Amino acid sequence: MEAIRQREIDNAVDDPIHPPLLVLGENDFATVTEKVCAVVEQKRHPTSWLIALGIAGSLLFTLLIMIAYTVGVGLGVWGLNVPVAWGFAIVNFVFWVGIAHAGTLISAILFLFRQRWRTSINRIAEAMTIFAIFCAGLFPAIHVGRIWVIYWVFPYYPNQMNMWPNFRSPLLWDVFAVGTYLLVSLMFWYLGMIPDLATLRDRATTKARQITYGILSLGWRGSIRHWELYEAGYLILAALATPLVLSVHSVVSFDFAVSLLPGWHTTIFPPYFVAGAIFSGMALVVTLVVPIRSIFKLKDLITLHHLENMNKLILTTSLLVGYAYAIEFFTAWYSGNSTELFVFWNRALGPYAWAYWLMVFCNVIAPQVFWIKKLRTNIICMWIISILVNIGMWFERFVIVITSLHRDFLPSSWGMYKPTWVDILILLGSFGLFFSLFLLFLRFLPMIAISEVKGVMPQAHPTENTEIEVSTKLKEAFYNHELRSANTGVSE
Amino acid sequence: MSNSKKVSLSIQEAQVERPVCLLAEFESVAGIIRATKAIKQVGFRHFDVYTPFPIHEISGLERMRVTIFRWFIFLSGLSGATVALLLQWYTNAFNYPFLVSGKPYFSLPANIPITFELTILFSALGTFLGILFFGGLPRFAHPVYRSNVFKRVTNDRFFISIDATEPAFDPIKTKDALLSLGASTVDEIYGFPPSTYLLPKGLPYTLLILVAIAIVPLANIALIRSKSSPVPRLSIIPDMDKQQKLKAQAESTLFIDGRAMRLPVAGTIARGELREDDHFYRGKINGDWATTFPLTISEEFIKRGQNRFEIYCATCHGLDGYGHGSTAKRAEELEQATWVPPSNLHDATVRARQVGHIFNTITNGIRNMPAYGSQIPVLDRWAIVAYVRALQRSQRAKLEDVSLEMRKELEARRKG
Repeated sequence: MEAIRQREIDNAVDDPIHPPLLVLGENDFATVTEKVCAVVEQKRHPTSWLIALGIAGSLLFTLLIMIAYTVGVGLGVWGLNVPVAWGFAIVNFVFWVGIAHAGTLISAILFLFRQRWRTSINRIAEAMTIFAIFCAGLFPAIHVGRIWVIYWVFPYYPNQMNMWPNFRSPLLWDVFAVGTYLLVSLMFWYLGMIPDLATLRDRATTKARQITYGILSLGWRGSIRHWELYEAGYLILAALATPLVLSVHSVVSFDFAVSLLPGWHTTIFPPYFVAGAIFSGMALVVTLVVPIRSIFKLKDLITLHHLENMNKLILTTSLLVGYAYAIEFFTAWYSGNSTELFVFWNRALGPYAWAYWLMVFCNVIAPQVFWIKKLRTNIICMWIISILVNIGMWFERFVIVITSLHRDFLPSSWGMYKPTWVDILILLGSFGLFFSLFLLFLRFLPMIAISEVKGVMPQAHPTENTEIEVSTKLKEAFYNHELRSANTGVSE
Repeated sequence: MSNSKKVSLSIQEAQVERPVCLLAEFESVAGIIRATKAIKQVGFRHFDVYTPFPIHEISGLERMRVTIFRWFIFLSGLSGATVALLLQWYTNAFNYPFLVSGKPYFSLPANIPITFELTILFSALGTFLGILFFGGLPRFAHPVYRSNVFKRVTNDRFFISIDATEPAFDPIKTKDALLSLGASTVDEIYGFPPSTYLLPKGLPYTLLILVAIAIVPLANIALIRSKSSPVPRLSIIPDMDKQQKLKAQAESTLFIDGRAMRLPVAGTIARGELREDDHFYRGKINGDWATTFPLTISEEFIKRGQNRFEIYCATCHGLDGYGHGSTAKRAEELEQATWVPPSNLHDATVRARQVGHIFNTITNGIRNMPAYGSQIPVLDRWAIVAYVRALQRSQRAKLEDVSLEMRKELEARRKG
């Protein structure tokens, strides 16, 4: 409770000439290190953390049981059937892979745009990305039914059957896009963490910590020769991750857009999916960061300015998504295709209209409160809106997948989709997987990029004169001329 | 020359008591920037600066290496694109040409997404591994770690180390100079005798035992693969390979005769297979060849018969029925010893045959002529019989048999 009663400093000012401080309070380099490392180094697990891990862990356990049940009995335990042959699994896959995108937006795209406020939230967002990709990857894997031959999606060798994957299928593009995304995000995350792992190593008091963080930090010693390579490499990774993140959700949208199904077969899908992905991911970052900064006393580092900026991005992407919803109707009408038009009327007025209007409310209407500064800097308000957006974005994928499939060209094969209890428990279980990993991350790894935050503090940019004059006196002070000529054979 | 050799030898010998480097600690960013600039300007090269975060004012020591590093990333990306294109071409167009809706086996637009992703992946791997490789990481042992104050380098302190390999390195003079530049402490870092670098005693043996244990399952697999066994192979995931059912020729203990496949009950007739009508199905009436058709004949029916005749019969019997079809001609040309020439349908014997007999010949074949019962439906066989009758009649027709108009035409032809 004491933590929550920490005072809130309003630094959400919109002055481009005097940008607000990114680290508040009486902090220097040592206190920043102390604040972030304290979370990892506290001797006893915080009670709230233990309770949260207990809940997440039991959901994860449920997930494992449900996967075993699905694999053991078969996909019949899910609500899938003709005509809705893609149900919760694909909805959840697109939802989670979308969540992942905000992490890369914050870590790569904002880095390229030199948005320095990204430094205190990028580690959390990148961790979120990686764990969300784990959750996303799980669903297609169990959806194939025979999970033990999942390696058939890769071109493996020796391949006695000459059974190669079809490289011209969007489903295989998915495998490569999501796989590349996971690996690149992992490298980006880990690379950024190496200096902070070295901090933990150097502060370690037990042998186990010294060895673990020692190995993980790869012997990083902060040499400026390393920093130079590191910064050059980090910039290139950011430049690589930026087109990658746009490609991943575009490829995911191809799964739908390349098919000939009305409601899926539209060219707006790639940008529409990317905007939605960033929208949902930003919302989850806000949902996660708001309690974290209170519980772990990080309000000096993750300030109101950071939260406000994220809320502005949520508002922007909400408008993009709303525009996409509208333009879908326009295209359906303008195409003159009666089936296409029917699918959209059916979305808004058919048996799944409740899901459609829930989506519109959560994704388009609710975030509009962020136009008002008082509300977008209000902690409670932004937390509620961010959760609404998460719900809305899950329903967006539900609407896209289910309503397009359940009534298409042939009225005789129309049907309804109903998830089974297994479907619902697997969805809940995926949150268990995500939060278990995330809570472990919070406790055992530095959740804020310590070295990057130090770089945006005013102390890192001295105002005093640092120029030095070349003088023979200086040279004299360092040199042992005898030794030098003895060693090099050159006399001066 | 001999002098310098002597000195370098003495440096090696003196390594234990001589410091390998000097480590100076600074407390502020401004201090480290000034000190680094000073050291650069006096011409030192064997030094390094350690900071908790990058400081751009003093970077630029490794320009050359960063340039090589960037080219390395570019080449990684290029190899990613090459691998992706070759992989897609080899698997889908060369090793197993994969036809999808008649599209080309290898077309660039469809192969762009994978090429793009692998280019990114390889570039990123190149970047990540390049940072480690060009930075000489991981490196778990370094002289600077021997200083106790150095631990603060990842927190809030800045360090400069000057290596003993620097030609003008003088421990005392350089130390004083560093202090004069504002260093709060300057440590001499000493090398340890080589014996300290040995591995823990048990480690090599433990590793050896672990490697030996790891070989056991592999060796076991190799053994099983190399010998034959009467026991069915181990199926970890059955994949419905074995099912609880009996195949046609399998043995069953359930029945006395031991057959898994059962015979139908005597007298069982499948739907639509009764064929009671002897006249229609076999061309017989009370055991004799039928002399009448079992159905009424129309012109359309005969036309159908002609059509079927020209498909099935004319290759041997010829379009006119004289037995000079293309197959027969070819057989004669080749002087086939076993060839039995097809009957001339206009022979007296064939003409005298009852329609039921001809139907039976088509159904069951005769001499070299195969049975057509399985190929030509019953009704079509009767149509052929009707056409054969018409064909026979056409060869023995009188002028009175045709219409008046035709008669005139025929007369005209005869004269012409």
